[in-house]
Order: sequence, then C-alpha cells, then structure tokens
Amino acid sequence: MAERDAMEMAEYKWPEPERRRLIGKRISRVDGPEKVTGRAKYTYDVNRPGMLAGKILRCPYAHARIARLDTSAVEKMPGVQAVLPLKKVGDEILWAGDEVVAVAAVDEPTAEDAIRAIVVEYEKLPHFVLDTDPKAAGERARPAAEQVEGDPDAAFREAEVVAEGLYGMSLITHCCLEAHGAVVEWEGENNVLVHISTQAVSGIAGQMAGPLGVPAGNIRVKQEHIGGGFGSKFGPDSWGIAAARLSKMAGGRPVKIMLERDAELMVAGARPSYYGRVRVGAKRDGTVIAWESETWGTGGIPPTSPLPVPYVLRIPNQRKRHIAIVTNSGPARAWRAPLHPQACLLTMAALDDLAAALRMDPLDLLLKNIELAGERADVYREELQIAAELMEWKKRWHPRGDPSPGPIKRGLGVSIHTWPGRGHACRCDLTIHPDGSVEVKLGSQDLGTGTRTAIAIVVADTLGIPLEAVRVRIGDTQYPPAGGSGGSTTIGGVSSAARRAALDALDQLFARIAPLLNASPDQLEAWDGRIRVKGDPSRSIAWEHACARLDGMPLTVRGENPGPGELTTAGAAGVQMADVSVDIETGIVRINKMVAVQDCGLIINMKTAESQCYGAMIMGISYALYEEKIMDPVTGRMLNPNMEFYKLAGLADIGELVVHMMTGEKYDRRGVIGLGEPPVISPGAAISNAVANAIGVRVPFLPLTPERVLEALAKKGGSHARV
Amino acid sequence: MRAFEYVSPTTKEQAVALLSSTWGETEILAGGTDLLALMKDDVVRPRRLVNIKEIAELRGISFSASTGLRIGATVTLSELLDHPDVWRHYPALVQAARGVTSPQIRSMGTVGGDLCQRPRCWYFRSGFGLLARDQTGRSLVLEGDNRYHAILGNEGPAYFVNPSSLAPALIAYGARLRIFGPRGTREVLLERFFRIPKSEAEREYDLQPNEIVTEILVPPPPVGMVSATYEVRQREVLDWPLVTASVALVFDGQRVRSARVVLGQVAPIPWPSPEAERALVGKAVTEEVAQAAADAAVQRARSLGKNEYKIQLARVAVRRAIQQAVGGGTRR
Repeated sequence: MAERDAMEMAEYKWPEPERRRLIGKRISRVDGPEKVTGRAKYTYDVNRPGMLAGKILRCPYAHARIARLDTSAVEKMPGVQAVLPLKKVGDEILWAGDEVVAVAAVDEPTAEDAIRAIVVEYEKLPHFVLDTDPKAAGERARPAAEQVEGDPDAAFREAEVVAEGLYGMSLITHCCLEAHGAVVEWEGENNVLVHISTQAVSGIAGQMAGPLGVPAGNIRVKQEHIGGGFGSKFGPDSWGIAAARLSKMAGGRPVKIMLERDAELMVAGARPSYYGRVRVGAKRDGTVIAWESETWGTGGIPPTSPLPVPYVLRIPNQRKRHIAIVTNSGPARAWRAPLHPQACLLTMAALDDLAAALRMDPLDLLLKNIELAGERADVYREELQIAAELMEWKKRWHPRGDPSPGPIKRGLGVSIHTWPGRGHACRCDLTIHPDGSVEVKLGSQDLGTGTRTAIAIVVADTLGIPLEAVRVRIGDTQYPPAGGSGGSTTIGGVSSAARRAALDALDQLFARIAPLLNASPDQLEAWDGRIRVKGDPSRSIAWEHACARLDGMPLTVRGENPGPGELTTAGAAGVQMADVSVDIETGIVRINKMVAVQDCGLIINMKTAESQCYGAMIMGISYALYEEKIMDPVTGRMLNPNMEFYKLAGLADIGELVVHMMTGEKYDRRGVIGLGEPPVISPGAAISNAVANAIGVRVPFLPLTPERVLEALAKKGGSHARV
Repeated sequence: MRAFEYVSPTTKEQAVALLSSTWGETEILAGGTDLLALMKDDVVRPRRLVNIKEIAELRGISFSASTGLRIGATVTLSELLDHPDVWRHYPALVQAARGVTSPQIRSMGTVGGDLCQRPRCWYFRSGFGLLARDQTGRSLVLEGDNRYHAILGNEGPAYFVNPSSLAPALIAYGARLRIFGPRGTREVLLERFFRIPKSEAEREYDLQPNEIVTEILVPPPPVGMVSATYEVRQREVLDWPLVTASVALVFDGQRVRSARVVLGQVAPIPWPSPEAERALVGKAVTEEVAQAAADAAVQRARSLGKNEYKIQLARVAVRRAIQQAVGGGTRR
C-alpha cells in the first residue's frame, strides 16, 4: 500500500512535452463565440421577473456631516418599493460620492425621481484632496518608520556617480467597463440568490451572511461572465448589501443595482498615487551600491504603505522613508499588482537616470547589476537579451536626446518586473459520464483571462480526449469552492486542482478497464481518445467504450489545490521595452512599439497567455499616457468621472505590441505560475524611460500628458544628475 | 434620465411651434450624441424633445461653383465626409470632421449639432452652470482645475471653451447659418453666431429657444485658396482636441491676398485671430512668416493657472495649419 501511494504521488506532475497535445498550444477561448455574438450574459444583463431598479443617493461633498435626513416624502411616492438609509444624522462622510440612501422602485426613472426627492442637509467640513506635495498636507501627512539596510551613508560616500530624481504616478481608477453591481432576491425568509459582478464567486456568500443575518450556505451566488475587475471586485460592497436589504423590504422581489459610470469612477476603487525623490549611487563601472528614497502618496483615508523599493534589484545599502497622505479622494482598492507599478517606475526610472549620468546604455546597466535580482537573475538576463533582439535595441538605441532634426523625437526604454503568483486554494469536482462526456465544476470565475478554457485544456489533455468533450461549469456557489481571482493565483489553483482530479479519475477508470485489456492499471495510459497499454497500442479501448463500463454510474472525483505534487510555484519574471515618439512642440507621446518578454512557468494556453500580455500592455499604455483620477481642490470632487476625460487608450493609440513567452524545460519544470499582474507592472517605467531617451529629460510623473512633457522640456538644461 | 415628451415633426414650421420660447423647457434632438448625455447627467431637464431628423428640408448636401456648399443641419459627419465636393473644395472642413475619430459619433452626430453642442467644461457638466460658479459666486474654474479651459477671450465670467469641431473651419471659409423661427428665416454669419455669455441666463450662441438651425451655407472657394485644419489631440481615438486651428489663405501669385485664421477649443467662442491674419496678408508664406502668424495668434493669450501649455499648443496648431495649407510641414 505504501508502495502504491508513493507511485501515485509521483504521478502528480505535468505531462512531458511530447505528451502535451493541448497544454501550451494556442487555443481559442471556449466561450469566444458566445462573447463575440453577444450571447454571453454578464451581471448587467441579468433581468429577473418582477425586478426592481435600485439607485443610491450619493453625497456631493468630499467631507461633510449629515445634519438632516428626511426620506418620508419618498416612501409615499408611487412606484417606490423600498427606501433604505445607509447613513444617519451625525455620520461623517469622507469622500464625495459616498452612499447616503438606497431606494428600490419599479423602474430606473422612478428610482431616480425618488433619489432627488430625498431631503438631506449637510454640514460641510474642510476637505483635502491634493497629493503631490507632502509639505502642503499638514496633519494629513503620516510618516512611516524609516527603513535602513546596510550602510547607505558610507555607500553614498563611496559612490562615484549619484543620480537624483523625482518620479511618480497619479491616482487612477479601475474603470471596469462592466460597472460594479448585483441583482439580489430573496426566496422565502431565509434564502438569497445573488447575481454579482465579482472576482470571488465563492467568497461573496461568507461576506454577505453576517450583514444579512442568514447562514452563508443559504446564499447562492452566480456569475457567468465579468466585464473587468482588476482587483476591485472581491466584496459584495455596500451597494450589494443594500440591494439585498431593499429586496427583503420589497418582499423578496429582485433588486438590481449596477453603478452608474460616474459612481464607478468615483467610489468603486482607485490605485493609490505614489511619488518619490530617489537617489541612487554607483561605481563608475555601473555597479549600483546605494539607494535612498523618500516617497509619498494617497489612497484616500487609509494611509498608504511604504513601497517595495528598490524594485527587483536588491541594492545592498538602502534608506527609505515614506509619508502617507490622508485625503478625501475616495476609497482605494487593490489595482492589478498592488504597489508594483509604482515601485517599478521609481526604481527603473531612477536606474535609467543613473545610466544617463554614467553615459551607459540602461540595458547594459541592468545586465551589469542583474545578480541583485537574486535567484531569477539568469531568467532576466535571458529575457533582456530576447527583448533587445525583438526591439533591435543595440541597433536603435541612442544616448539621451534624439539628435535627429524636426519636432518628432524617438526613444527606447526598458524595465523589469516580478510577481509571486502561486496558485490559490481551489476545489473542483470532475465527473466522467458513462456516455464519455466530462464535466468539471468549480466555484471559480473567469475574470476574462480564459479560465474556462485553461481548465478544459488541462482536463482534456490529462484524459486524452478532445477539448470539446469537456464541459467546464464555473461561477456558482453550488460548485466546490475556489479562491478569488486576485494576485494572479487563479491559473495555478484551478489548473492544479483540475489536473489532480483528472489524474485521480483516470486512475479509477484504469482500475475498471485494466482487466479488459489484460493489464494492470499502472500499465495504462489515456491518449488520443483511447485507453491503451503503454508500449502496446494495439491493446486499447475507445474512451466512450471505456466510460460505458461505468455501469451507468457517473464517476465523480474531487481535485484540490494545494495537494500532492508541485504543480504550481511562485515568482514570475518579465522584461518590457518601449519605443515612443514624442512631439516636442506639443508634448504628445505616441507608442510605436512595445515588447514584452515574460516567464510564467508552464504555460497552459499560449494564446490566452499572450493575450494577457497584450491586454496588460494596453492597460499600461493607458496609465502611462492618459489615466488620472483628477480631484478638484475646490469642490473636492472627481472632475472626470466619465469616459470623455477619464481617458483610456484605444486601438489607434497602442502601436505594435510584441509578446514573447518564455518556454522550455527550465520554465516548465517550475509548474504553473499566474500571469494576471506581471505584464502590467513595467509599461509605465518602460514608457517613461523611452520618453526620457527621446527628449533628453525626465518627465517626472505619469500620466505623461502634453502639459507635463512640455513643462519638463521647458525646465530642460538643469540635469538631475551629479557626476 | 427624467421622463420627457417626444415629438417628431416633419416640417420646420411644426418644429418651431413645438419649441418653447423659454430655455430649458424643450430641447432639439438631432444626433443626440451630446443632448442625451446632458439629460442623463441631469444638466438639462427638458419636458419635451423635438426630433428634427424627420424634417426633409434639413437634410442633404449640394454644391455649385456659383453658390457654394449647402449643408442641411441634420447632415451627419459621415455624410459630410462621403461627399466628393466637400473633399475637393473644403479640405479644412474634411480634416476637422475626420478629427472626430468615433465612427458612432460620425454616424449619428450632425453638422448643426456640432455647432450647437454645449461646452464640455467639467464644472458645467457637474451642474455648476455655464459660468461654473458656486453659491458665493466665485468661479470654480479660476480656483479649481482649469487645464482644459480658455486661454483667449477669458476675461470672464465665462471660461469654458467652445467645443465645436467644425466651426473653426466653417468660419475660416466664411460660412453663414440659416435659422428658422416663429418670425421666419434669418441668416447670420457663423462667426457672429457664437457669443461669450455674460450671465447665467445667456446662451453661448445667437439662437432663440424656439429657433432651429436649418442650413449651413459655405461660399464657393475663391481661386487661389488653400486651407487646412490642424488639431492637437492627445489620443488618436475619440478625444476632445486640446487646440485646433483652421486656416484659409487666398493667394495672389506667391503672396497671401487674404487670410482667415480661426482657433478652436481655446476660447468660449471659436476664435478668429485678426492678428495672425495681418501677419500673413501681403506676404509669401515662409517658415518665419508662419511662425510670426502663430506668435501673433497667441499674443493676447493668458493662462488661468493650469492651462499655460495650451498657449504653446495654440501656437503650434496655427503654424502647422498654415504649413499644411501651403503643402508642407508636420502632418499628423
């Protein structure tokens, strides 16, 4: 028995390259046709019988106290079914757009009329929304403890070249194209059905149980498709709870609350701003020895944490200070690779400025110091070389300031990044039906990354059957629980659980089939729609015939992660390069080309892995050039809660995107590693560096607007570097 | 959006009869690309919408060498861009229309609507009124974030910029508007149509609440005219231009006999620049002359605090529009 266990344990691994018919190939999404034909149903599309429209009255002031709240007129309005105050007199409001009262009515216009009829009086309190200068923040500046490693003072004395610079990125929002929201209904006194746009199907019930006073097991949560989350959709949110309460008040009728675009941008999450002054010291040969940074930034009311700087490269001597600025700019939420894009910009831009001061190619400076990246140094080295070839870096790079005539200046920039991305906890049930069809059920979600497809690939490849033979069912709490899609943990979790389930199911099937083929179970393998004896393909049985031997009883096996075998690990490494053109008369930056070279261990689906990188680069171009949650110092409100002035990149703005995924034995053997966050980290730094290379001066802050580019050009002449 | 009454007359007389003589009670619906957003944001609250797209005589484009171009008010930007005579004779207008880089808006948005759309000022759109003042009367634009606001004609109290994409080009070509109201038809030079409001009660154009723009009339192109529009826009996809400039230069041999230089997105009205025009007339268009005209165009420009960069953009737009018109220089 012990021997048998040992043998089974040894089998929990990914198939060898020659045994992969689907894993690692370019495979179109199984739900692609549904999505492009509009048949895919998002939470926004859920319209239940008797459904009511929920709307929320929001505070127009950034800081206020509720002095009077009167909903009596609204309660009597025809068509209004429920009125739910979310704040009471005396409550303090800390950002514009915060929820005050929720109503449910027979339709949206009636609900809007109701909202307008609510009487609220506010006592306005002083607000503060500025984040670029900690000195202006007064009491709202909260310094964190200084962090020191090594002996930075001695190291700076020893340094032969010191570069100093100012860098940062503005507050931005998640801007999910499907806004946050839910449709909630009660079935009797104790059961709740929730359709919600979420990154954590299995996590929602537990968060709603307390506030609603029903057991989590009585709350069913469903979601077929989601239109973007980016880290902002893990909870039911106050409006999800409000929808549930309104529904109960209205006798259980479904209530739909989806945020309007302005609310989505004002209150449904923001990525904190971070700015910093950085000094980096090096020897004349480029060996980096000293780091000093003073950073500040805001994520609204909760203080921002210190940044993980210097990023990727562990510079031996460091001193870091951070000041959190508490503002009334609204709630922050995890935004795809929290803290990393900011830390990456501060580090990679500072190193780029150091390279300029050293009169070195920044690519050479990175390679020179790449051992500071630790155990992944060789991966970065290989990736930097591949990226350089794809960008023709050595041929096209020039020192700072494009010398060519005319107003259009071209430049190249480089950046590197990392992310852990180990698979999350996940359970799945795999059923082999006697007709040969296979079903996989798990309470996971497809965040738009191709999770359904990845699960189907793993199961089909393991069972040796075609992709179409596998039905993946996700997005329902009736299925076994799976972790939320955060931190790039989904692919590792779902693929590992699915692989284990499929291997175990196969073992059980082999046990039934072995006598038929005059073999022992461990001599069997599943390949190309048949179960056959290893080394003797003539002794085989078709998959359907094998499954028919299940005697009418479907075979269901539970797969889990974590579990036996190392199927997922952590630590992805990536490199990106940008090629930009800058019009130095208008300050407008255009992307010519971006290259992403990325490792994520064993790749399940090459096509969707590449898509992740394309999407991340587009998102990165957006925040590098356009996105900013513009807060008005006078009213304390967000000035651009719309798609006109909250600018996102469009297809015409992104240039040529080139993706190279690292593959091969040394990547495969690490198992599956998540890819959601890594490729979105570097674009800001790579683009900022490319702009500096083009125009000969650093534009300190993202987004790189015409205003900021022209301002930097106007100040050009005074170099930051001291040699 | 608040409930409203919807009517769809088939004659301009019916339309005018259905419009209120008081602002705010009724609104004219053409493409709706601006109006519906204003209604959803509760910035305008009409009780009745008067759809003018069913009025046949407001449609169509025609051109003759003797009378010029006639554009019906409900002609869409796509229809304008599909017309060969517009391409042949009015390149600045084509370039301006192509700057609206949303196929949806080009398909729905009308020429009349482009001229009559409301300012994009974010304080106006947040419900603080056209002049963007708080209860105490102070200007939110002056004290707040004015990065997209006016650099010319910004003596106050209006600081928004006119958002029309087509107006600078049409003004450069000397276009007139035909307007129909209760007292019949009147014509106004497009340049005079736009106004800088002095109080919240005023509109930013010369139109009564019960009048409709029916036609845009553009004179035939004079012999020796070259023209161009240059737009500084941050994104290639749909984005409000930061600055535009349209120029129409009539040459007499090598020298400019007459010039029109009109800036957009820089002032509460499309902004003709007589200073720039004077710098061009009588001269051959060299790089230096183009630069002098560009400098002259922003001579009176003034930053409100955060929009200094727009002065530089305006200068560049004027110079590049001139260079583009004469067939050189940096093109987008």
